Amino acid sequence: MNLTLKIWRQTGPDDTGGLVTYRMSDISPDMSFLEMLDVLNEKLNANGEEPIAFDSDCREGICGMCGLMISGHAHGPERTTTCQLHMRSFKNGDTITVEPWRAEAFPIVRDLVVDRGGLDRIIQAGGYISANTGSAPDAHATPVPKDNADRAFMAAECIGCGACVAACPNASGMLFLGAKITHLGELPQGQPERDARVVSMVGQHDHEGFGGCTNVGACSQACPKGIPQDVISQLNKDLRTALKHGR
Amino acid sequence: MTENSSGLVHGLYRDGAPIADHKAPAGPIEQKWTRRKFEAALVNPANRRKMSVIIVGTGLAGGAAAATLGEAGYHVKSFCFQDSPRRAHSIAAQGGINAAKNYKEDGDSVQRLFYDTVKGGDYRSRETNVYRLAEVSANIIDQCVAQGVPFAREYGGLLDNRSFGGVQVSRTFYARGQTGQQLLIGAYQALERQVAAGTVEQFTRHEMLEVIVDGEGSERRARGIIARDLVTGEIETHLADAVVLASGGYGNVFFLSTNAMGSNVTATWRAHRKGAHFANPCYTQIHPTCIPVAGEHQSKLTLMSESLRNDGRIWVPKKREDCDKDPRDIAEDDRDYYLERIYPSFGNLVPRDIASRQAKNVCDEGRGVGPVVGDFRRGVYLDFADAIARLGEDAVRNKYGNLFDMYARITGEDPYTTPMRIYPAVHYTMGGLWVDYDLQSTIPGLFVTGEANFSDHGANRLGASALMQGLADGYFVLPNTIRDYLATSPATPLTEDSPAVVGARREVEERTERLLAINGERSVDSFHRELGNIMWEYCGMERSEEGLLKAIDLIRGLRAEFWRNVRVLGAADTLNQSLEKAGRVADFLELGELMCIDALHRRESCGGHFRAESQTEDGEALRHDDEFAYVAAWEFTPPHDTDGETTFGAGMGAPVLHKEDLTYEFIELKQRSYK
Repeated sequence: MNLTLKIWRQTGPDDTGGLVTYRMSDISPDMSFLEMLDVLNEKLNANGEEPIAFDSDCREGICGMCGLMISGHAHGPERTTTCQLHMRSFKNGDTITVEPWRAEAFPIVRDLVVDRGGLDRIIQAGGYISANTGSAPDAHATPVPKDNADRAFMAAECIGCGACVAACPNASGMLFLGAKITHLGELPQGQPERDARVVSMVGQHDHEGFGGCTNVGACSQACPKGIPQDVISQLNKDLRTALKHGR
Repeated sequence: MTENSSGLVHGLYRDGAPIADHKAPAGPIEQKWTRRKFEAALVNPANRRKMSVIIVGTGLAGGAAAATLGEAGYHVKSFCFQDSPRRAHSIAAQGGINAAKNYKEDGDSVQRLFYDTVKGGDYRSRETNVYRLAEVSANIIDQCVAQGVPFAREYGGLLDNRSFGGVQVSRTFYARGQTGQQLLIGAYQALERQVAAGTVEQFTRHEMLEVIVDGEGSERRARGIIARDLVTGEIETHLADAVVLASGGYGNVFFLSTNAMGSNVTATWRAHRKGAHFANPCYTQIHPTCIPVAGEHQSKLTLMSESLRNDGRIWVPKKREDCDKDPRDIAEDDRDYYLERIYPSFGNLVPRDIASRQAKNVCDEGRGVGPVVGDFRRGVYLDFADAIARLGEDAVRNKYGNLFDMYARITGEDPYTTPMRIYPAVHYTMGGLWVDYDLQSTIPGLFVTGEANFSDHGANRLGASALMQGLADGYFVLPNTIRDYLATSPATPLTEDSPAVVGARREVEERTERLLAINGERSVDSFHRELGNIMWEYCGMERSEEGLLKAIDLIRGLRAEFWRNVRVLGAADTLNQSLEKAGRVADFLELGELMCIDALHRRESCGGHFRAESQTEDGEALRHDDEFAYVAAWEFTPPHDTDGETTFGAGMGAPVLHKEDLTYEFIELKQRSYK
């Protein structure tokens, strides 16, 4: 198929950047979206133009490294990661706009690459259970009811790609944050630090420049792992409980 | 093999002095690790913060080690080329992690996990290391549960287990098809906790490009690394008391593999060039359950957990003329469930190398299925119709839902109604830098953990053992052995203007400038793809002397062309992904040659290494224990330098082979049989 691509090019954080149009022909519907960009980059390189910078690593939808705004949708028209999006989701003759994640908390590094270090710093603020190596009791010492274990797993599926932030009109990171709060809060091992965790992580989230939740729900729609919006309810509940406890 | 007048064997390498591990204590195998931990010197808690350790890589082996050493109070610097430690490729492991917990009371034990791992490795691994791996396996599960890793559980709230490729007990812990992700997030969170505590400094989007080795001969010490900040392009010097490489495997030498796009050999290859021996580079694992190649544009291959082999049945049509039929229209009698037929006791659960080679055999016979790629069909069916009839679609969805979804997304086919197609792909490399029982390389102060070392899997790795080894090394082994080195090795002052540091920096800068200056005709990817084709064709599932000799010639030619004709655009002082790739491919072009030399010298078939010249009458791999029961540890020799200038692309001189004899005191050496 033949496509028109409008791709964001920006040489660095200080450049204003802009959309550049590229025409692609003979694209196979079995290609992934990123393989299509690989083909474009080979063409640019052959023409002496610098290839387009974009992030990707595992290319099987689990590492969370890739993430493009494709015609206004985080990760494109399907609910999946950009690397798992295939060209069969597009039609011959389509014009596709490709931009980086847009959020104040995700400054642009170059072209389609952004800095998501803020997500790491939210985890540093308390997204863990303090269990030094070697100090663990036997794994069967504490049974975990299956429902809790399953819900913890569901929330832990978050891959930290940042699509929720990019999709949100207020660039909120609360789906990411709520997922971690829910993952650790569902487990007995996560209880001792539960109050302190939520207070500290919410503080860091706001400090990084992520917006507050405005109940739009675009985050959950864009999430390639389908993390439900109710993890944000859990986040709010945990925060209220922690504040009541005087944390 | 013949030795000519120049002392070269086969014109390719030299024989060197034997090598041995001197760190494993004497005594019964079940007491060795306890004794080593006791005998290893301690570092006073007050002194730890004055000692620094660099850890390259943040997967299970690197992330776990960084967190654990940080908790112990050392000053740790952690490096990864990705934008976050959480992206390391351990995250993509699907199926599970083994541990000798015997929660199922089905006869498992440390001894049995030890035995299975040695047997699975086709008797080419070191007994002492493998026993220790089995021994600490149970602690890993405890540690991960304490961190909040959401393993699958039963209704009673206890952990569930399943059986996994090549073994007959249920010892595999799992988190649906995302076990690697959940374990890595556990290690990552522990690591971030230490970043917050100030014990670990985190350097993301940084790539190690050289190791700093100070001193000569027995006084040599690894004292730091030269890294490139991938965002600013700045070349940075980082000094430390010890360096740990946890940089993963080198499967991307094949271009198409299940590795991540960025997975590379640069950290270990640079260390190899500085004196760290590279062991068993030819031992490559080809994973049987990957999604077949769809076309020329393919950038990577996707694995589907081999846990699928627990319930899926593998078959091809008995008759070639059925190969393009809809599989659902092929009668039961016309199907060949070839693994069940050839290996009645293990059936579809035979080890990976056997499952892969048999898939290749049936496709070579012209009985493959799916699209014709190149000249024939490369695919076999993995069929869940029986499992769905027996367990119901919901139960199958519950167990494998995410894998089925992934398959459907990539191929556009629905595996609930039509059999999946699978084909082998490069997945894991058992070879790596040679290490002793302490995981220390032949450069003192340079430690190597996880897939980056060669230590535990012999010639073939069992399913669900990579995660086990990564976390065993990272949480429990390295932190105990590195302290012995830190406590006993004299800290000599080293500054950024010391000759070792200046030299290493200059090497990196010259190489970078050279790559950007060539400005030839061909892209980095085109070289990488061509190298991959050579490796897959001649150093893949089946290797022969003729093919390997041809491959070595081809690789040398390609390497020379690379340094003459590669085109890397852009600048050094900015994010430049072409430059990153070029450096990695340059190293793969040297590694590929060493892999072929190693494969050529090992004139036996063992594990993932199948030599066409060494097979039984019915086509099974044939080991030669009398000649080859050793680890091949290769020493790097610089290229002949005729004009006194740095000769990029000449690459390497004839490597020197050091053999570590493998003696089996606790397990009897047997020809492997899964029939």
